Amino acid sequence: MDFEITPEQKLLAETVATFIKQRSPVARFRKLRHAGAPWDPEVWAHMGELGWLSVPFPEDVGGFGGGMVEVGIILEGLGRALAPEPYLASVVLAGLALARAGGSEQHERWLAPMIEGRTALALAFAERDSRHHAAAPTTTAERSGSGWRLTGDKEFVLGGHQAHQFVVSARTPDGLGLFVVDADGTGVERQPLRTIDGQGAARLHLRGAAIDDDRRLGSPGPAATGVLERVLDLGAAAACAEGVGVAQTMLDMTVAHLKERRQFGVPIGSFQVLQHRAVDMFVEVQLLRSMSVLATVNADASDDALRRRSVSAAKAKLGSSGRFVSQQAIQLHGGIGITDEHDIGLYFKRMLALNAVLGDETHHVQRLAGLPGFAA
Amino acid sequence: MDLSFSPEDEAFRAGVAGFIREALPADLAAKAEIDAPFSMEDIMRWHRILFEKGWVAWGWPKKFGGPGFSPTQRFILTEELELAGTPQLSPFGLMMVAPAIIQFGTAEQQARFLPKILSGEEVWCQGYSEPEAGSDLASLKVKADSDGDDFIVNGQKTWTTYAQYADWIFCLVRTNPSVKQQSGITFLLIDMKTPGVEARPMLTIGQQPAFCDTFFENVRVPKANAIGPIDGGWTVAKALLGHERTLLAMVGSSGRLLRRVKRIAAETTLEGRPLLEHDVWRAKIARLEIELEALKMTNYRVVAEAQHGKAPGPESSILKLRGTEINQQLYELAMEIMGLDALSWYNEAGVIPAAEQGIAPQFSYARANTIFGGSNEIQKNIIAKWILGLPAAG
Repeated sequence: MDFEITPEQKLLAETVATFIKQRSPVARFRKLRHAGAPWDPEVWAHMGELGWLSVPFPEDVGGFGGGMVEVGIILEGLGRALAPEPYLASVVLAGLALARAGGSEQHERWLAPMIEGRTALALAFAERDSRHHAAAPTTTAERSGSGWRLTGDKEFVLGGHQAHQFVVSARTPDGLGLFVVDADGTGVERQPLRTIDGQGAARLHLRGAAIDDDRRLGSPGPAATGVLERVLDLGAAAACAEGVGVAQTMLDMTVAHLKERRQFGVPIGSFQVLQHRAVDMFVEVQLLRSMSVLATVNADASDDALRRRSVSAAKAKLGSSGRFVSQQAIQLHGGIGITDEHDIGLYFKRMLALNAVLGDETHHVQRLAGLPGFAA
Repeated sequence: MDLSFSPEDEAFRAGVAGFIREALPADLAAKAEIDAPFSMEDIMRWHRILFEKGWVAWGWPKKFGGPGFSPTQRFILTEELELAGTPQLSPFGLMMVAPAIIQFGTAEQQARFLPKILSGEEVWCQGYSEPEAGSDLASLKVKADSDGDDFIVNGQKTWTTYAQYADWIFCLVRTNPSVKQQSGITFLLIDMKTPGVEARPMLTIGQQPAFCDTFFENVRVPKANAIGPIDGGWTVAKALLGHERTLLAMVGSSGRLLRRVKRIAAETTLEGRPLLEHDVWRAKIARLEIELEALKMTNYRVVAEAQHGKAPGPESSILKLRGTEINQQLYELAMEIMGLDALSWYNEAGVIPAAEQGIAPQFSYARANTIFGGSNEIQKNIIAKWILGLPAAG
């Protein structure tokens, strides 16, 4: 049992911290948000230069061969800075789906440019009627000549508002399949969504989009379903790591505020009722951190039961801890916490989004409770 | 990062589980099976069995009879003992007075007291709280007046768990009333058989005779029984607070309780189906299981740090807080699942199913979890001050 990170991982954490300080303070996100720009292609390219976008991919597809610990370190940092670049969406979700389900030509064609920071990808799996369940999409992929024709509507595609390609889940006669479509492909209609956290997403409408067979990733059926489930678990674990960054920052900001803000002639942090609330926040951040480690380490475990249980427990905990910490952070900031001008509200809304995507608390509680080992 | 235990630690765990299966006497195993309460005699019998195995004093240095376990092994041993439902050894000798004697006692005191704590020959209790000194412990009033080589002790201690069975009590007493409160306190060992000591048991809301009021009337105690300097007892008491922090999380006992909650839910039906198969009840249980998992992972972090020889980090301070709360919540859920059975009078056999028996008294007594050992509100004061660095109240 060891919770220490390696010297290389420590170095990565330092690089991330420096990047945030020098290139991506929260003010950058605020400026982008104000301008209505989703994210900054130059910063994305810089992340590519730093090698961050290659982290979880095997070396034979041009990756760094790292694991979820490294991904977690990067995302915790991006969470602290509210950096809007689509790391979770493009690298973890769509990137890993492409890496695992696709073949080497497909890696060369779509993954390599993303790893260099020249393009971004998005995973279109959510649908209106299935909420957080991804295994049985209603979007269809029908054979059409030597290719396929995709029809259906995808909800809330993370990073979809500025992605170059989408990895799409669709029902085929052989089961669930994964396909790559271009954002500007014929029959592909992207509907950008403004989102409450300012980071944006998209709906994807596929109106009989015709694609060649070389855009099919692997074989439809159990293999593709397995990749999708696993990638969504990796994504949920990654969301927990980002959530740790968000929650820790809210705690730090709140404690600082309690020390600075004076009322009745004293710092309000000297009032016991507020001290205990801050301690309750601290407790939840620590518990969330522990669970994020659990998810990070087990999200790619070969033991399916261990993976499902660990990820669902952690993502559910992100729900309860994240909600508590972010709500109390606003409360303890008082009136200023309600203004758009103060950063605490930006974190509050980012946490709201992290909790809602990739399975909310209720979804993951039910999933954990439905695992075969639960009643034993 | 690696969340698995080493093969050596896994082998140790298997060894502990095997030993418990073999060594736990049949009648105690039968009680453990249904979580029936253990008598003091049961507890001391188990103490002696663990003593012979060399496993009672997990945290003691080897030269005083500790087993020389690593922090991970200590955690595993505790977790396995709790998971198996074995009698919980009295902590007052092993975990509270012994570390004080080891750290602050003289060689004579160590030779006199430690072997009999280890063997279980002498049972200890703790005399800290008083009717007027609870969370504000430093305001304690039991006084020890100097009389030659002795102190004469007068006053009342309360919540003295096991005082009715104890051979010795370790007390904080006031030896100097004319200095700052904390500076006039001595850590004193008192033989319970000394004339003038009287322990009166009281019933808890769970109907257990768990603790006593203990009265001292002109009790003569040798000054040689002070641990650490006279008037220096507050330092001794404070040093003890940090001991065995990782063991307060109740991870093993709450894990066992969670299994029991599921068993009760499996045996309780609603419209012909076990409650455990109803989504709403399953979700309630799952939420607590997740909370317990988060606590367990946090406990692992603390143990791993200790294994690296590091001082406990900020996360260690939350173990007592969350561990006691989760334990209470599990009992509460068990009571809720039992429904009207939960209202049945304590422990009357044959009235309610076996799996439910004993829950109500334990649920009631578990309310003490968040009060003893420094109430959870006091724990929060400590975290606010020492970890978050928030300013003192004006």
